[in-house]
Amino acid sequence: MSEPVLNHPASQSALALFDLVEGARVTHLWGRLGWQDIRRRYRRSTLGPFWITISMGMLVAVLGTLYGGLFKVEATNYVPYLTLGFVIWTLVNGLITDGCTAYVNASNIIQQARLPLSVHVYRVVWRNLIIFFHNAVIFVVVAVMFGVSPGWTGLLAIPGMVLLCVNGVWVGMLLGAFAARFRDIPPIIASIVRIAFFVTPIIWMPELLPHRAVLPMNLNPFFHVLEVVRAPLLGEAPSAVSWLAMIGFALIGSAATFVIYVRYRWRIAYWV
Amino acid sequence: MNTHASIHVESVTVDFPVYNANMRSIKTRFIYHGTGGRVGRDAGNRLTVRALDDVSIALEHGDRVGVVGHNGAGKTTLLRVMAGVYEPVRGHVWRRGRTASLLNVSLGIDDDATGYENIMTRGLLLGLSPKEVQERTAEIAEFTELGDYLAMPAHTYSAGMRFRLGFAVCTSFEPEILLMDEWLSVGDRHFVEKAQKRLEEFVERAGILVLASQNASLLERVCTKGVLLDAGKVKANGPIDEVLRDY
Repeated sequence: MSEPVLNHPASQSALALFDLVEGARVTHLWGRLGWQDIRRRYRRSTLGPFWITISMGMLVAVLGTLYGGLFKVEATNYVPYLTLGFVIWTLVNGLITDGCTAYVNASNIIQQARLPLSVHVYRVVWRNLIIFFHNAVIFVVVAVMFGVSPGWTGLLAIPGMVLLCVNGVWVGMLLGAFAARFRDIPPIIASIVRIAFFVTPIIWMPELLPHRAVLPMNLNPFFHVLEVVRAPLLGEAPSAVSWLAMIGFALIGSAATFVIYVRYRWRIAYWV
Repeated sequence: MNTHASIHVESVTVDFPVYNANMRSIKTRFIYHGTGGRVGRDAGNRLTVRALDDVSIALEHGDRVGVVGHNGAGKTTLLRVMAGVYEPVRGHVWRRGRTASLLNVSLGIDDDATGYENIMTRGLLLGLSPKEVQERTAEIAEFTELGDYLAMPAHTYSAGMRFRLGFAVCTSFEPEILLMDEWLSVGDRHFVEKAQKRLEEFVERAGILVLASQNASLLERVCTKGVLLDAGKVKANGPIDEVLRDY
C-alpha cells in the first residue's frame, strides 16, 4: 500500500475527490461519532435523546394553541403545518450552524490522524438527521390526532429529504472551511439563520399574507427547502419552482464547494 | 508483512499562518529565536511562523529514529507532516505502510463513554473496521490491565490509565510505521517497561519508529538513529549517540 502525501497542484482535485468518497465510505466512523455526540448530550439522563422529542412536543403544543388563536386559523390545518415547519427548520438550522463548527470542533481529531475531512461533515449531517427523526415522532402523533393523511403524495418527501441532505453536505463543507479560517462566520450565519426563521413561512402561513407577497416567497431559498419536505407530508405536491430551486442549489452549491475544496482542503488542518 | 515501509520527506517547508497575533505590534519584528520557529510573512503578507524549513529525511525499514530539539523546534510538526496531517507548503512527503500516530493520549476519548466504547472509537479513528477492532478488543483489554475499569466511564481514568488505553489500541493493529510524541512520560514504571518491550518487538519486525522526546536515556535505548531539529531545520542527522552528543 503506497500512500503518497502530496502537495502537487495537479493532484489536488484527485485528493479532494478521494476525500469525499473515502469519507462517505467509512459510515461506521461518522455514524458512531454522530451517535456519540447525541449520547454525550443526554448521558445520565433517564429519557436520553427522547428529551428532543418531548421538548419539540411541548413547543408545538404551546405555539400551536397560541398562534393558532392569534392567526385565527383552524387547528386541523395549522398544528400539522406548524409541527412540520419546526421539525424541518430544526434540521436546516442544525445543518447550517453545526456545519460552521464541523471542522473547528473536530480540530483534535484533524490534527492527530489523517482521515478524510469530509468525515466531520458527514458526522454533523448524521447527527442532525438523528435529531430530525426524534422530532419527526411528534409529527406522527400530530398527524394521527388531526387526521392528516398525505397519501401517495407523501412519498415525495423522500426525494425532498435527499435534496435537503445533499445541500446540507455542501453547506457544511463550505461553511466549515470558511468558519475555520474566519472566526466571525459562525455569529454572522447564526444571525442570518435567525432572521430567516421569521421571514420564512414556518409559524405563519403564506395564505395569511396579502396576495402580492407570494412572489418574494419564491425568492426565499429557505422556503423551497421547507416546501420539498413539508408540502408532500401535508398531501400537496411542491411546486416545480421549489424542485428546480433545490436541484439548482444542490448542483451549483456542490460544484462551487468542490472548486473551493480542491483549492483549500489541505489548508484546513492549519486553520483549525 | 511483505511491504517495505518507508517515509521520504523531501525539502519540506511548513509555515503556520498566524491570524490572531496583533499584526501591528509584530510588524517590524522579524525575530529569530533559539527556541521556536522563524516569524516571517507569506506571499499574501500574512504573518507566518516557519515550523519546518527545507527538511529532508529518508527513513527505511527498520529505522528507529529519535527526534530531539528544543521546545518549538518543530518535532511535533515533523511528526504531523509524516502522519499526513499537515500537507507541506513546499516539498513532498512519500509514505508507504500502515501508519499509527500517537500524538495525543486523549484522541477520540469521550469522557462519558466507557473504556470499551473508547477502544472502539479510537480503533475506528485509526482506520480499522469495526470487525477488526472487535477481534482485537480482548487482547487490547488485557494489555491495558485496566480490568473492570474498562466498563467505567473514561472520566474516572487518570492520565496514566488513558495512556494505557491509547497505547494499547494504537499498537494493537501492528502498524508498519509508528509515530510517537512524548508518550512514555505519563505511564507508571511497570507499564512503561511493558510498553517499551512492545515497542522493541515492533521495531524488530522492521517497521519504522519515530519517537520525539526530551528523554535522552529512553531515546538511546529505543532508537538507532537521531534527528536534531533546531528552529525548523535539521541540524544533525545520524546515529543516535552522536546526535545526542550534539544536543
